[in-house]
Amino acid sequence: MSTVPTELKYTKSHEWVRDDGDGIVTVGITDHAQEALGDIVFVETPELGRIVECDEATAVVESVKAASDIYAPLAGEVIAANTQLADTPEAINTSPYDLGWILRLRVRDNGAFNTLLDAAAYTQIVAEEE
Amino acid sequence: MGLHTPLFLEHQRLGARIVPFGGWEMPLHYGSQLEEHHTVRREAGMFDVSHMRPIDIDGADATAFLQYMLANDVARLTATGKALYSCLLNEQGGVVDDLIVYSRCNERYRLVVNAGTAEKDLMWLNAHCGSFAVTIQSRPDLAMIAVQGPAARAKTLPLLPAALRVAAETLAPFFSAELESEQWFIGRTGYTGEDGFELMMPAAQAPDLWKSLLAAGVKPCGLGARDTLRLEAGMNLYGHDMDDATGPLDAGLEWTVAWQPAEREFIGRAAVTARRTDPTRRELVGFILIGAGIMRDHQLVLRDGVVVGEITSGGFSPTLERSIALARIEPGIDGNYTVDIRGKKVAARIVKLPFVRNGVSRIEL
Repeated sequence: MSTVPTELKYTKSHEWVRDDGDGIVTVGITDHAQEALGDIVFVETPELGRIVECDEATAVVESVKAASDIYAPLAGEVIAANTQLADTPEAINTSPYDLGWILRLRVRDNGAFNTLLDAAAYTQIVAEEE
Repeated sequence: MGLHTPLFLEHQRLGARIVPFGGWEMPLHYGSQLEEHHTVRREAGMFDVSHMRPIDIDGADATAFLQYMLANDVARLTATGKALYSCLLNEQGGVVDDLIVYSRCNERYRLVVNAGTAEKDLMWLNAHCGSFAVTIQSRPDLAMIAVQGPAARAKTLPLLPAALRVAAETLAPFFSAELESEQWFIGRTGYTGEDGFELMMPAAQAPDLWKSLLAAGVKPCGLGARDTLRLEAGMNLYGHDMDDATGPLDAGLEWTVAWQPAEREFIGRAAVTARRTDPTRRELVGFILIGAGIMRDHQLVLRDGVVVGEITSGGFSPTLERSIALARIEPGIDGNYTVDIRGKKVAARIVKLPFVRNGVSRIEL
């Protein structure tokens, strides 16, 4: 059974979102997602300053078997990307909620954060998939 | 729901991630595809390949029939037990399937064909056997386990029926032996670029052998590792690198077409012969990615900025820690190559196959 930390928010497409305050959020993929993808071998992170809409394909995570788009959970500007993943893409497998973070956004609409799924709702989605 | 091999329960017990494949439900991996890959390169791994289909061709005309059906020539099987890789072609010179044929004594042969194409192959063989004195017997009653890696043979030998062990110990590469009374068959063949065995036995006996191999330290490996291993070994995958419309000359398999003797008629001969001088002929080459990213099937390959072909098998090489691929391109090797990866042109270069053999990289990085 995969872990779903209660302090985070989630999307249906299996991204997690952490509120860092001041309209900044950190985004990664969930434990369930990394487990489904298998060994991650390459991550394509977005350029800093890129403006993204909600649900826009913003990064790509490639496992041994396939490439998967990572969608922006909220509209905003990319202000950081985890460049460590270039050398250690497997951090997404071993530490999906910490070392495996993918990007940071300055969100356009602060209130939108609360429209994301909470841990209970996301757990429900995972249960339905499994 | 797909078909289950006799080892399906073992896969479930081992926590395999199960995926649909060629009509079957098969293990993709048992935790980490990368670890499974490395285990086969360094030690020993085992694959359930019971979804693949043995087909026995017996009878007075068995040799003549296979000489007519196969692009490679079974007359090359001068010794009992020897194995040969061949394509089964259609009249247009496309590939119906690729297979291994093992010679057995007295006009008997065993083919092993791909899972997803087994029924198509049987129909194709049966449709052409009319005037030949042969019987074609599909053997779904047999299970198959491939044990591969530098330690594979040593770990497998003690677990074989005693009457087969001596023959198995001295088996040369690309040869087979069998214990016919027990329906056990062993080939020193594989699809990984490593030494090892492929074992066939009655389905009911497969779980015990699987468990004994596990106890002997042979790691279970799924289809994921099987694919990265065969790609590193520069081996084609049916449906990706060749298919009904793409023949052996366009798939790097000219070496498997036996042109001599010239008087041997085989299905597709006229078409593949014409293809030799056809200006639209393509070639299959190996690529290694220089830039960052992973090459995937169907991505476009450019030479000096012009599209000249596409990736037919692309992925990540765990041994080289780079992306490698097979690609079908227009003739003329020289030039600067890029691969279009989601709109980005990433530098790549052509390399001689295989990428890896017997645990060792053949490529200068």
